[in-house]
Amino acid sequence: MIDTIEAAWSPLAATPLFWIVVTVGSFLAAKRLNRICNGSAAANPVLLAILLTAVVVAVSRVPYPTYFAGAQFINFLLGPTTVALAVPMARNMRHIKSTAPALALALTVGLLVSISSGIGLVWLLGGSHAVALSMAPKNATTPIAIVLSQQIGGLPALTATLAILGGIISAMIRRHLFSFLSIDDHRTHGFVAGVVGSGVAAAEVSSLSGLAAGFAALGIALNGAVTALVMPLLAVFWH
Amino acid sequence: MIGGFFLLLACDLLGEALRDLMHLPIPGPVVGMLLLAVCLTLRSHRSGRELPPQLEHSAEALIANMGLLFVPAGVGVITQTSVLESEWLPILAGLIGSTLLGLIATALTMRLVLRKPKPDPRHPLDGGRR
Repeated sequence: MIDTIEAAWSPLAATPLFWIVVTVGSFLAAKRLNRICNGSAAANPVLLAILLTAVVVAVSRVPYPTYFAGAQFINFLLGPTTVALAVPMARNMRHIKSTAPALALALTVGLLVSISSGIGLVWLLGGSHAVALSMAPKNATTPIAIVLSQQIGGLPALTATLAILGGIISAMIRRHLFSFLSIDDHRTHGFVAGVVGSGVAAAEVSSLSGLAAGFAALGIALNGAVTALVMPLLAVFWH
Repeated sequence: MIGGFFLLLACDLLGEALRDLMHLPIPGPVVGMLLLAVCLTLRSHRSGRELPPQLEHSAEALIANMGLLFVPAGVGVITQTSVLESEWLPILAGLIGSTLLGLIATALTMRLVLRKPKPDPRHPLDGGRR
């Protein structure tokens, strides 16, 4: 019996289609779980989907590159989807223009605090240099963060993980934090999600309103550009 | 739908090409996003036209399921178990601490300097629709 399952399983687990089905299936299951939990931020669908998929990958004893050989077709859609954020951005261009100085200031303060506290906390708690440098670019959207991490001497794979986990944490606590700070402006919700949490948090904030989605798109773009310009300086002054 | 998807892919490609040519530090898709946003804004300013419906449909479908697209890279966490095991405390504290502080700093700065929005019903692209 087990032999029969193994005989059917092994060739199946090597096909790209199998891992696409597992990934999409996990995401649908995660969304359903999130609905069962009344859309609670703690039951973040991206986090649940990653856990479900990771369990299947681990149980089937398949190496990550084999999984990714299939899942890359889903990963590929990140490109056109990032471009698609231009639509909510264009719809809200008037709001963006009228708030440009506030956005520039918030971006500068937010990035300074987030980069320095990330490096500082790792350093204070005895983490290694490589881990601290992997933490530094994590707020930028994942593809930018990976390239920057490599450039400054971090661990690119760890940075990718941190960028996604940071986005998940940001999506999980933003709503509670903002109601505590009594902030309900969708421009702030969107921009903050884009700057601290990039794509993952933007995916969550887009369900709030088109205004929030537009500001999140802008947050991702500006954060990516500024982080890309600042990181090489960090590498020069701190090594 | 397919026409809109084509436009998104074409902007993605154009962004990649520009990034290569000009050695920009930002990834191609982000360059493509900025290009498309500028084009759409100019188009509506000049002719007062709405966004192309095909593009809106494709963009909305992709953005609504954007979370799915982070799963393949996120599963990569399984390749990082050794460093996560040996340095779990600095990593966890740095990750949660910097995210929380970054959220607070960005949000409070915006609350401090942002004025209330004034809706303009005459503007063609204005509105909260996704």
